Amino acid sequence: MLDALDPVLLARIQFAFVIAFHIIFPALSIGLASFLAVTEFQYLRTGKKIYASIYKFWVKIFAVSFGLGVVSGVVMAYQFGTNWAVFADKTGSIIGPLLAFETLTAFFLEASFLGIMLFGWGRVSKKMHFASTAIVAFGTLISATWILASNSFMQTPQGFGIDANGLLYPVDWLKIVFTPSFPYRLAHMVTAAFLTTAFVVGGVGAFYLLSKKHQHVKKHAKIMLSMAMLMAVFVAPLQVFIGDLHGINTLEHQPLKVSAMEGVWEDERGAPLLLFAIPDQENQMNHFEIGIPKLSSIILTHDPNGLVPGLKRAAPEDQPPVLPVFFSFRIMVGIGMLMLLTGLISAYMFLRKKQFTTRWFLKLWVGMAPLGFVAIIAGWFTTEIGRQPWTVYNVLRTEDSISPVMAEQVLFTLIGFIVIYTAVFGAGVYFIIKTIRSGPQRYDSGRDEAIYDHTFSEEYAVKLAEQIDPSSEAETADDGDEGFTEDSSESNSTDLSTPKTESSHKADLDESSAQDPSNKPTPPKS
Amino acid sequence: MMFDYSDTLNLPLIWAGLVALAVFIYAALDGFDLGCGLLFPFAPSDDARSRIMNSIAPFWDGNETWLILGGGGLLAAFPVAYGVILSGLYIPVIIMLFGLIFRGVAFELRFKSNSSLFVWDLAFFVGSFLAAFMQGVMLATIVQGMPVENRVFAGGGFDWLTPFSLLGGLAVVAGYALHGSTWLIMKTHGDLQKWAALAAEYAALGLAAALVALSIVTPFLDTEGTRRLYQFPNMLFLAPLPVITVVMFFWMRNTLKVIQKRAIRREYLPFILSFMVFVLGFVGLIFTVFPYIIPYEMTFEQAAATGPSLSIMLIGAGVMLPIILAYTAFGYYVFRGKSDAEPMY
Ligand code: HDD
Ligand code: HEM
Ligand code: HEM
Repeated sequence: MLDALDPVLLARIQFAFVIAFHIIFPALSIGLASFLAVTEFQYLRTGKKIYASIYKFWVKIFAVSFGLGVVSGVVMAYQFGTNWAVFADKTGSIIGPLLAFETLTAFFLEASFLGIMLFGWGRVSKKMHFASTAIVAFGTLISATWILASNSFMQTPQGFGIDANGLLYPVDWLKIVFTPSFPYRLAHMVTAAFLTTAFVVGGVGAFYLLSKKHQHVKKHAKIMLSMAMLMAVFVAPLQVFIGDLHGINTLEHQPLKVSAMEGVWEDERGAPLLLFAIPDQENQMNHFEIGIPKLSSIILTHDPNGLVPGLKRAAPEDQPPVLPVFFSFRIMVGIGMLMLLTGLISAYMFLRKKQFTTRWFLKLWVGMAPLGFVAIIAGWFTTEIGRQPWTVYNVLRTEDSISPVMAEQVLFTLIGFIVIYTAVFGAGVYFIIKTIRSGPQRYDSGRDEAIYDHTFSEEYAVKLAEQIDPSSEAETADDGDEGFTEDSSESNSTDLSTPKTESSHKADLDESSAQDPSNKPTPPKS
Repeated sequence: MMFDYSDTLNLPLIWAGLVALAVFIYAALDGFDLGCGLLFPFAPSDDARSRIMNSIAPFWDGNETWLILGGGGLLAAFPVAYGVILSGLYIPVIIMLFGLIFRGVAFELRFKSNSSLFVWDLAFFVGSFLAAFMQGVMLATIVQGMPVENRVFAGGGFDWLTPFSLLGGLAVVAGYALHGSTWLIMKTHGDLQKWAALAAEYAALGLAAALVALSIVTPFLDTEGTRRLYQFPNMLFLAPLPVITVVMFFWMRNTLKVIQKRAIRREYLPFILSFMVFVLGFVGLIFTVFPYIIPYEMTFEQAAATGPSLSIMLIGAGVMLPIILAYTAFGYYVFRGKSDAEPMY
């Protein structure tokens, strides 16, 4: 049975699985890092504690997302060698330096300043802490730039030569980095990360506004939703626009990919935009076509009778698989349209000043929260499967790129990746959801003031508080929602930006410890 | 845009040195945080475990980045070696990656969990163990030599599974445990510090045992590299290595004894000593395989990428490495001092 396994196919599935898993986290990390930098900047500028509170909340989610991005990214750095050794040998002189530059200019920067960003609050000055956040955010963008340069080289290669052994060598670095698809891909991907994150942040804000349990964070929620709406209104249309340019550029450089995205078999003037069809590669035709006449030609060539190339230009073995490209493209574009629509509705609601009170509107935002990730994965599937059967377009075929590994090895490690990633992903998502449900921490006592002022670090503050009242940790720790529901219901009126007086804080503490004795932690010995 | 310094500089040699340096820095840095993971389940209490974790939490990601640089540098400078070594070591590499996933996730999630603490403690230990052990196995397999035909790996999928390579795995586990415990001596105080000193002693013994076993087995390998180790003039040349190593062990034991009794002064010394042990081990390793990058099939010169690729990266590394070292040092400075038990953000 194992003889029937195709190592090339398995290696492709393995690569697609680990990178699709990986990209989910960088997308959120890229967006959240910039969001956190903006929030912390607002805090430094206005001095309003609510921004620090929002920061401290999202940074927890950022830490989980970043951690998962790192561990899945290390896997990526080694996949080229384990599964695609021949690809590594042939293209190493070009792809290698790009990835090495990514490590040198981005990964070290992110990793080092991440430590200060996560653990340095109270240890370094306010400005230094903000600088660390900003550096991490900048690092994620540099990293995206290099990795997309190397991917774009594989899509639209230029600036290289091929020697007698079939090895690629560089001829012009500027051409290698700035390939024709690179600017579009970079803009499209970074915008995708920002949009996806905006919909997550906005969705969480909308969830708090809808929830009865989260009365005390309404003010946080409004800030989150407002910032996200701003992104949706302006950036969603921008993304549709960039995507359109990206497609027109692809028509020029990888026409077959566009034929697959559009589901066009014969060269066609005045091609319709297919809303639905079932492409059938074997018979080289579509079933069940539903389309809008001429629209595809209009979008791609800006001319109702423009020529859209057909797949039959290439022999069947040189065509990309049409079905997955066709559908994943529609999923991405569909979600893009939904985001655009959400932006329009948000603008309308904002002008009518109803954005925080209209329940269906808030529910829409909650529902949109995960869709960005779906669009990103669908977009990459379009791009990568549309490139087939090449790893380096028109230069190196996929079946000639693989390592001399046995199919069994690839199969068993693939199963390992699926099992481990499912477990790890499950745990990560569980903790992110748990963090969201407990909401931003309420900083309302004197010691919390000190935390915000960076007078001392949080760990030290918690310890001080324990010496006064050992139960106080029950309030700060995010352990389940039981203790949480109870003490939030009685603090409806708490306004977070104005700290409570010392006495009301004390009362609060006493009550929460009386209600939930099981939460009493054992104070650490020092 | 093009630069090519092939005529003026021996670029392959420089890059062989830089890749080796990245791998060494990786072992010396991630060595102590993987080591902490190895000691984790044996720590006296949950509180102690939290302190251990906190002592490395701000650094592990930066440390692991040297592994990415080692891999990325190999791909960029010696593409064929990257392909051959990684595909030849397919299973150990992927098990190592699984290990790194487990422990990396444990860092982020341990503090956020209350009911499932032990799951993350276990993940942290198992992950650290798999990563450390497989790194040793990989090193040993490379020393054994890797067959190549037509620029691809020509051996079997389980060539890496030999007594020699398993011993190599154990040696690295013991070495990392030693490095981790001496790190903890530096970063903790009181009972935990005493415990770390005890752990360091066991780890040092374990490492000594593994090294003795390795030097007994090595002559039987009979490869070009190991033969060279036991040849006449070289042996004389290399004799100081084991001697220095032995002296270090005894010095280390003394220092540890002092710390176990009354503590505090010169608590950074054991860490420096275990670092020196790493340096010596590495020198021995380089001596065995030089000038091969795929022992004993391809030298670093035969495997090197084109001159322009090596040149542009040399510019990049020359500019970036000093900056990276500077802010890495800054990070260690920010988090100087003893470690606490509380989650920090
Ligand atoms: C558009 C962005 C993007 C894309 C397409 C990819 N990555 Fe990624 N990657 C990032 C953006 C990113 C990031 C945002 O920079 C991460 C997330 C967490 C982090 O540390 O950096 C990251 C992490 C990350 C790491 C760990 C870095 C660390 O330890 O700090 C490695 C080794 C890789 N990636 C490698 C890859 C490879 C080999 C890819 C493709 C084949 C890839 N990434 C696709
Ligand atoms: C981060 C998001 C990405 C996703 C989700 C993604 C997705 C995929 C998918 C689905 C395939 C399989 C295609 C097929 O077999 O039909 C694939 C293959 C591949 N991709 Fe990507 N890709 C991403 C980014 C990249 C980048 C940035 C690079 C290069 C630097 C890259 C290099 C490759 C290689 C080498 C293969 C294997 C050979 C092949 O099948 O073409 N990918 N990827
Ligand atoms: C309706 C608007 C959109 C259009 C017309 C569009 C167009 C495209 C096209 C043509 C490609 C393939 C380019 C190539 O491989 O040469 C692509 C890829 C991609 N799309 Fe979209 N897109 C749209 C919306 C979105 C949205 C909303 C997201 C995510 C939030 C997204 C994320 C991606 C990603 C991650 C890729 C792969 C990387 C790349 O090649 O840029 N797209 N898009």
